[in-house]
Amino acid sequence: MPFIPHTDEQVAEMLAAIGVADIDELFADIPPELRCDGLRLPAGLSEQQTLAHMAHLAGQNATDLTLFVGGGFYDHYTPAAVEAIVSRSEFYTAYTPYQPEISQGTLQAIYEYQSAMCRLTDMEVANASMYDGGTALYEAVMMALRVTGRNRVIVDEGVSPIYRTMLRSYTTNLGIDLAETPTAGGLADRGRIAAELNDGTAAVVATNPNFFGCLDDLTDLADAAHARGALLIVSAYPISLGLVKTPGAMGADIVTGEGQSLGLPLSFGGPYLGFMTARAEHVRKMPGRICGRTVDANGREGFVLTLQAREQHIRREKATSNICTNQSLCALTSLVYLSLLGKGGLVALAQLCADKAHYAHERLTAIRGVSRRFGGRWFFNEFVLELPTPARVVINRLLEKRIAAGFPLARYYEDMDNCLLLAVTEKRTKEDIDRLAAALEVSL
Amino acid sequence: MNVPADRKYTKEHEWVLLDDGVATVGISDYAQDALGDVVFVDLPSEGAALAKGAEAAAIESTKAAAGIYAVVTGKITEVNPALVDKPELVNSDCYGEGWIYKITVDNAAELDELMDAGAYEQFLAGLNE
Repeated sequence: MPFIPHTDEQVAEMLAAIGVADIDELFADIPPELRCDGLRLPAGLSEQQTLAHMAHLAGQNATDLTLFVGGGFYDHYTPAAVEAIVSRSEFYTAYTPYQPEISQGTLQAIYEYQSAMCRLTDMEVANASMYDGGTALYEAVMMALRVTGRNRVIVDEGVSPIYRTMLRSYTTNLGIDLAETPTAGGLADRGRIAAELNDGTAAVVATNPNFFGCLDDLTDLADAAHARGALLIVSAYPISLGLVKTPGAMGADIVTGEGQSLGLPLSFGGPYLGFMTARAEHVRKMPGRICGRTVDANGREGFVLTLQAREQHIRREKATSNICTNQSLCALTSLVYLSLLGKGGLVALAQLCADKAHYAHERLTAIRGVSRRFGGRWFFNEFVLELPTPARVVINRLLEKRIAAGFPLARYYEDMDNCLLLAVTEKRTKEDIDRLAAALEVSL
Repeated sequence: MNVPADRKYTKEHEWVLLDDGVATVGISDYAQDALGDVVFVDLPSEGAALAKGAEAAAIESTKAAAGIYAVVTGKITEVNPALVDKPELVNSDCYGEGWIYKITVDNAAELDELMDAGAYEQFLAGLNE
């Protein structure tokens, strides 16, 4: 379909037909204090100038680095078969399956994706996916407010600072009481959370492993929340679930996370994949699309989008969310990736990541002046090193050797100038790790 | 459209049957027909105190979601447990087994604001013009 802009005459004709004087009148429902006072955009560029600008930006990307950076997004290997299957035109060009009679393939894929996410997290229902781990976490918070009818949310600071920034941004004008509690010894501080928990709390939000890579059993947090009628929301790293106790087993009520590590490239920020699973009793308060399995009038099994009365095209302003889409292709990618890995493959992959990370930890902490921050805490494939030099200085030095050594925690956390957050995936060879150790030793 | 004469009605298409200070409430034949197949009823909590006009329940059909309101100011004494497993009762027997909630009448004057069957039929006729 070509882009057909309206002419001024057409706009005037349409406004006259509906009895409106000007376009601004159509936005009258938005309170004045929430409107912006104009967009300050620079002058436009020609096609040639734009291409030159984009080429210049692209030229600043480094695509040859050996990556030890994590922070919520991980450099895992995607088998070639994933792309081969996902790029089949039946999947690649399929549109939104609102008409089940012509979309059974797409709907079955979504249903299987939902089933896979339930099994991965040990939960009972899933939606058809959301934009990314951060917005999925925000949607989980809103869902908890709806389920409990309360207004207060406690967020552990071990949750990704990127996600917490998103939570604050999305909830800014909603009058929600968002209380962030500092960590203690690298884990969620039970004492602080207990002090904040009251009968007005809708949810406690935690993550496992947390942003520092530390592993924690959140079962006691689930119990504490439930004792007050609140929910536990857990943000999870999918690959870790091949080895680590699942949020479902810990008693979580809603589980969200970033599905990028399930076969999606890092791609400088996206497209990514937000997943959400929950206890079945809360399904009517869930946002997003949900695909269901049913039988038609002739008794044949089929798949449909279901529980649509939650969504905004029916519920309008009382809808569970304004999301009216999902990340279909990314969700499909994760399903294909998980199917190819299989249950045994996921466990083996998780073990490989953990083994390599623990080898790296051993090599790196053997370097004089380097120690593990939060030593004594279990970790999966990510951990924090305390260096004798500010982390961002070390990172820059190692970049010159084409190594992305990790993430400087000082960017988001106080008193962590010398702390480096480091992740290791199955893609890093022993040689890569040894090279990192050698380079780090001379860069301190 | 079936409009039984033994009860009162609201502009939101609820019917009201009074018995010993407690009002039983459901939706009219016109409403269940307009909604289509009811698949879920979000019932209020027993004991909830509601002001007249406040949203008490919600009915979901395959194509719409509609609010059901408190017809008078009062406390919910009972909700219809049959609707949990058989929401379709709202379609098949909207005036009988498809009742939704019962509420105390704290202010009898509010009952005077309800329409009788004749007035409701006229109201419906007006809608179809």
